[in-house]
Amino acid sequence: MNSIMTVQNLLVRRGGVTVLDIEEMSVEAGRVLALIGPNGAGKSTLLLTMAGLLKPDRGRIFYRGVPVDTGARRSEMRKSVSVVFQESLLLNTSVYKNVALGLMFRRLTTGDIRKNVENALAYFGISALAGRSAKTLSGGEAKRVSLARAFALKPELILLDEAFNSLDPPTRETLIDDLRHILEETKITAVLALHDREETLRMAQDVVVLADGGILQSGTTAQIFNQPASEFVAGFVGTETILEGTVRNNRNGLLEIAVADKMIEAVGDFLPGKAVFCCIRPENITVSDAPQDKSSARNVFEAKIQKIVRQAFFYKMILDCGFVVVAYITVSSCEDLRLCEGSSVAVSFKATAVHVMPRER
Amino acid sequence: MELIVQGIVKAFELLLSFDPEVLGITWLSLKISGTATFISLFFGVSIGTAVALTTFPGKRLVISLINTGMGLPPVVVGLFVTIMIWRSGPLGFLEILYTPYAMIIAQAIIATPIVMGISLASIQNLPPNLRLQILALGASRMQMVWVLIKESKLPLLAAVMAGFGGVISEVGASIMVGGNIKGYSRVLTTATVMETGKGNFDIAIALGIILLILAFLVNLLLTHVQQRQRLR
Repeated sequence: MNSIMTVQNLLVRRGGVTVLDIEEMSVEAGRVLALIGPNGAGKSTLLLTMAGLLKPDRGRIFYRGVPVDTGARRSEMRKSVSVVFQESLLLNTSVYKNVALGLMFRRLTTGDIRKNVENALAYFGISALAGRSAKTLSGGEAKRVSLARAFALKPELILLDEAFNSLDPPTRETLIDDLRHILEETKITAVLALHDREETLRMAQDVVVLADGGILQSGTTAQIFNQPASEFVAGFVGTETILEGTVRNNRNGLLEIAVADKMIEAVGDFLPGKAVFCCIRPENITVSDAPQDKSSARNVFEAKIQKIVRQAFFYKMILDCGFVVVAYITVSSCEDLRLCEGSSVAVSFKATAVHVMPRER
Repeated sequence: MELIVQGIVKAFELLLSFDPEVLGITWLSLKISGTATFISLFFGVSIGTAVALTTFPGKRLVISLINTGMGLPPVVVGLFVTIMIWRSGPLGFLEILYTPYAMIIAQAIIATPIVMGISLASIQNLPPNLRLQILALGASRMQMVWVLIKESKLPLLAAVMAGFGGVISEVGASIMVGGNIKGYSRVLTTATVMETGKGNFDIAIALGIILLILAFLVNLLLTHVQQRQRLR
């Protein structure tokens, strides 16, 4: 892998409190990395430090293998790195001048500035706004202008700090799609601070989970979402069913795990007697009115619907099958099966859908 | 009542006849207060911006001092400047007591904290991350400061108006350090005080009206510039 940026032994303290303590983290060139974690996890601090806008108390940042340890090197790195903050932070002038600002700092010729600005505005579909005052823009338009301003610099690395916050859902949806498309097309490396699971899944190839200033887990998006390393990460990435169990048997990697008074089959490599967590994502659980004959699922249980909660486009069901699991079901399926609280159903999931991780004692 | 009516009539006679003495006093008032405001703008904006953008021990105390300075009594400033430039004072060698230069210094001292306080508040009112965003776009520190000042131009114009308004209308310091010398250091406020003392209410009212018109015109101009920027 080709790292564009690496941070090592990073420590940032504020008011005597450690807000960031990271041993090592790398950003691979050409990929999109999401920093996720709860509020106060240190995502914004890490981005500011990576951008050279915040001096760490300890540690080093390497940009393309070169340590960024002097003011001159920080300034040099900033020429290749763009930052987009949560607020649009536009100046009280026209859209064109806002997008041109960074290019003017770089002392480009008027012709080059015009070309870059026009390209960036076109990328984000806001060419028609060029002459408008930034003050008159809607939230979505302002965000597009701030993104265009960052992309106009043709950066190698772009850092986005919760850039989709405060946008209404339709605007956010469109912007996420457009940004993903632009990142794919330009191959610009991006680091995004996010706290939305769906945005992470849609945007990122790699994920770093932060909490209390430290890295809890890093890996590809699939690894983080399907194989969370801890109960906290599992909960944060939306694994709604986390069951405590004990491995009873291991037959060539096929585990039998006792959960409550039931037995769950899962794939893993743990010795019998090991206390474990079984994590199952809600989308991997199937709910039907009766056990399916043709199902390849190794885990099939009778269950009672404890609670049905309406979500935006589906129902969330809390089911009791001796242990409690959470499943999602489409609105039409729920209506077709005439399901209601108290109904008896069959719950099934594959052995491979169960992520097993050790439970510390 | 008759006194007032007579005074107003006389005032307009003086105004419409373009009395050379009145015109001279008006022009000197504009020159002295305009120059003092310009000087205060330089020091006020630069120090106000520096205080707003830096972190240092005792910053709150400094801000409190600046805010207190916004209400500096002109007579105290006049007294202080007089002592400093008195023949035996530390700056006595300059020999500027009872000159327009002394009046400019005194008025600049009065206006600077006003401009400084408003500049400081306006820079502090900008979004906290704007500074970082400008740096992230590749600006040098000086470029960043310049962009922030430009971004605060509306409140800064208000600072100019407040500074000019404060000094064009003050009398205590001007009379103490300028001496109200006819044709040399007599300005609208000092002349008004003198004429009122002499019982020449018509002339005093005329000078008062000119002072009001002058303050109004300058503020009208600045307001026009300010509102044009706001609507842009």
